[in-house]
Amino acid sequence: MSIEADYDHSLPEVMLTYYRRLYPFKSVFTWLNHDHTPTRRFTHREWAFTLAGDVYLRYNSFATAEDLKKKVCQLNPTRFEIGPVYSARPGDRKTVRAGVFQPLQRELVFDIDMTDYDPIRTCCSDAGICKRCWAFITAAVRVIDHAVRSQFGYEHLLWVYSGRRGIHLWISDREAMDLTDQERKAIVGWMTLINSGRESSQRLNVRVGSRPLPAHLQEVYETLSPTFVDLILRDQDLFATEDGFKSFLEHIPDEEIVKKLRGERELMSSSKQIWDSFTEKVKGVAAGTSRRNVLSAAWHDIQIYYTYPRLDAEVSKHRNHLLKAPFCIHPKTGRVCVPVDPERIEDFDPEEVPTVAQLLHELDSLSKAATAIEDGDSSGHHSDWEKTSLKPYVDMLNQHASRLMEKTRLEKRATGSMAW
Amino acid sequence: MYKSGQRQHAYDNKDISLVENNGLLRYPSALNFYDRPPQFDVTVEEFETTAMDRLRVLAEIESSLARNRTWEELKTATYNQYMKYVPLHTNTYDDTEEERRKDHLGHYVLRLAFCRSEDLRRRFVKAELTLFRVRYEETEAMDREHFLSSRDFNWIPVTKEEKVQYNHGLYSMYHAFRHEQDRADAFEKEKFYKVKWTRVPDLVEKRKVFLKGGWAYVPGREQSSIVFKEFEVELERALETTARLIPRLDEDSRLIPVLDNLSQGFVAGVASEWTNATEPGSSGEIRAEMVDDLAKKHFPMCMRSLHENLRRDNHLKHFGRLQYGLFLKVLGLSVEEAIAFWRKSFSRVTDDKFNKEYRYNIRHSYGLEGKRANYPAKSCLQILTPGPSDVGCPYRHFSSENLQTALLSMYSQQGLKSADLPEIMATVDAGHYHVACTRVFEMTHAPHGVAKGEGIGGGESVTHPNQYAARSMELAKVKNEDDKMVE
Repeated sequence: MSIEADYDHSLPEVMLTYYRRLYPFKSVFTWLNHDHTPTRRFTHREWAFTLAGDVYLRYNSFATAEDLKKKVCQLNPTRFEIGPVYSARPGDRKTVRAGVFQPLQRELVFDIDMTDYDPIRTCCSDAGICKRCWAFITAAVRVIDHAVRSQFGYEHLLWVYSGRRGIHLWISDREAMDLTDQERKAIVGWMTLINSGRESSQRLNVRVGSRPLPAHLQEVYETLSPTFVDLILRDQDLFATEDGFKSFLEHIPDEEIVKKLRGERELMSSSKQIWDSFTEKVKGVAAGTSRRNVLSAAWHDIQIYYTYPRLDAEVSKHRNHLLKAPFCIHPKTGRVCVPVDPERIEDFDPEEVPTVAQLLHELDSLSKAATAIEDGDSSGHHSDWEKTSLKPYVDMLNQHASRLMEKTRLEKRATGSMAW
Repeated sequence: MYKSGQRQHAYDNKDISLVENNGLLRYPSALNFYDRPPQFDVTVEEFETTAMDRLRVLAEIESSLARNRTWEELKTATYNQYMKYVPLHTNTYDDTEEERRKDHLGHYVLRLAFCRSEDLRRRFVKAELTLFRVRYEETEAMDREHFLSSRDFNWIPVTKEEKVQYNHGLYSMYHAFRHEQDRADAFEKEKFYKVKWTRVPDLVEKRKVFLKGGWAYVPGREQSSIVFKEFEVELERALETTARLIPRLDEDSRLIPVLDNLSQGFVAGVASEWTNATEPGSSGEIRAEMVDDLAKKHFPMCMRSLHENLRRDNHLKHFGRLQYGLFLKVLGLSVEEAIAFWRKSFSRVTDDKFNKEYRYNIRHSYGLEGKRANYPAKSCLQILTPGPSDVGCPYRHFSSENLQTALLSMYSQQGLKSADLPEIMATVDAGHYHVACTRVFEMTHAPHGVAKGEGIGGGESVTHPNQYAARSMELAKVKNEDDKMVE
């Protein structure tokens, strides 16, 4: 017993222990269900499991949290995903008439992934992520969180770290859950300023001519402008790279200034210098002229372009899109997909998120201490997370879920009194 | 449109002639939300003809949408079409009552016919919404105002205080007029309405409204967006209700056949001029609506089976599309018609998806995208030796039983008899697929005077599906002209 066990998350028994003793099934249940007793929001919900060897099992459904736990422990998946609430239990879908089985409700979800930021980050690429590129996510969370709350009026937002290089947002307000695919597409359209992929080098299309920004984007600009200086100019030093400089010039709608900047390229070593030089030149154009208006619009738009969130639109648009459940283990990093507090997103460090190995070690030292004091109280297994560093994260989900349940309680009381 | 209670009133007076009693009150506006079903007697004949006329208008709209016409073109086409079949004038015209009654009735009959499947409902809503939009835009501003005030749209007028409170936000989203002064003046006068943002998703998607706490602040000039969305939502809901209630209608045996007939017409994509859509136009061009009929009369088996698969599944896989699409191209379908044809055929695909995934491929096969090659249609040789995912030649790749059933079901109308089958099967078994195909051609074209051994002219056998179809069409044309001479 003296040798420290090697808890590699790719070992099936490690995952099984995690599911058996730590995964907060009860909390995830109440969060999805909005109530203590199972409703359609849980029983008609699709679960999809990814097993070792790329086996993918869709359309599972469960009556209770215990059923779910039993199945998870039996299958021991590498991860699992949550889908929509269907018109019938997904498990029974073959027994209902075709066409009757339809997705009805689903949390409104957003997915932000660092890979979509590759053209504008210099520190890492593809799957890599570091503290420095996390700043992009921080900016994205602040913008999206504010927009969803203030413009769309939704209140029940749960941000979840995806375990490696991204973050998910789950919105559980009733109205949000009922949105049709068309309405989801509209929200995505409202939020999307930059199309990822092929057209990524195009300029933003956010204003009519060179008129001032719409009010909500003006707010966005004010949030993002400091990020632009800190992150793009200082930290990433993006314009100092050959590609970065080239794409920056593409955003300037003025031949003359582009030419001048290109000429000065040799003299400027940092992004800050390049940007300051551009700012000077914009200021040099007489105020009030249409050329100045166009340039100053572009000056603002560039800052937004380099910092505005890149959303994975397809995830949000369709109710039947599956998204990884919170508290799953990321198969590559071994980190837990934990909830994140948007108020304190600046302090969040993805590298401090517990890994499954760390949690199991905590459990080990715990049981050693426990056996020393008293003998075997094995009934407490289901709340083992309380004694590990997973606790603050599960607490966060529980608080979120209890707000949802409170809402349900008030609703019930309202309809109850009306029925009376 | 009606205040509550008025319906009861109208019902009580049912037996007294409508115009005298209710006057213009019944249809105060040319625009109609069709909230109330018609409450008057109609003959079965009127029931059918009214619906048929309206169907012509909707079919024109569908085909305009499928052809990707601009809104202006569509508007003109639709306007002309409805003025021809279901004329509807604004208040100035004398006989408005009768027109509006017909409009009302036609709409409701088609509701009955098209409520039965998800697919039909979706298409019906889309076509009706387009018709409504065209009429809404045709209607004069004053009549529109009148119409809007006659119905509760559930929008909340934004108060002066609120307008002041969100002044900055509202103004920054207000983009009327080019000149700043005009814009400011217009903004001053503009009335705003607020609705839940989900009622104007199109405006939200394009970032055209001010949003606060889930409310969309819609300026008066974008009001139509709310109206159209409301029309769409209401109609969808009404159709679903109708669908649930329709089994009770079974008692009336006179109506069911009429309704069946109507919905089938819509499924087949009734052409606006469907009576003469079956023959190639004077210029020899082939239009999308004609493909169905041409397939039955002139296509070789490989293409007929693709066509039938397409009709059955509302879809064809890539290689099927390629093979059939190139065949149609060589047959003479222009690229516009090809897009219209595929758009209509893939009835379960959304416009979005169609434009994204299929339009490019169609244009590509016409040499308008990518490397701009002029791809030829596949010959029998290519079809007979298919790659792994190709469709192949039915004579070679169908099992013997399947082939016989398919032959009979496809060609018995053109004179193929089961007694002919052994001969065809014998050539198939011997591996002479060309010969089998040619024999079928000879047999089915015997009425045109094609004798055994003559093949597709001068004893030639089939080596290309287009050769088969072209010869078949040629024969039909000759026969047609002969018939005319005799007359």
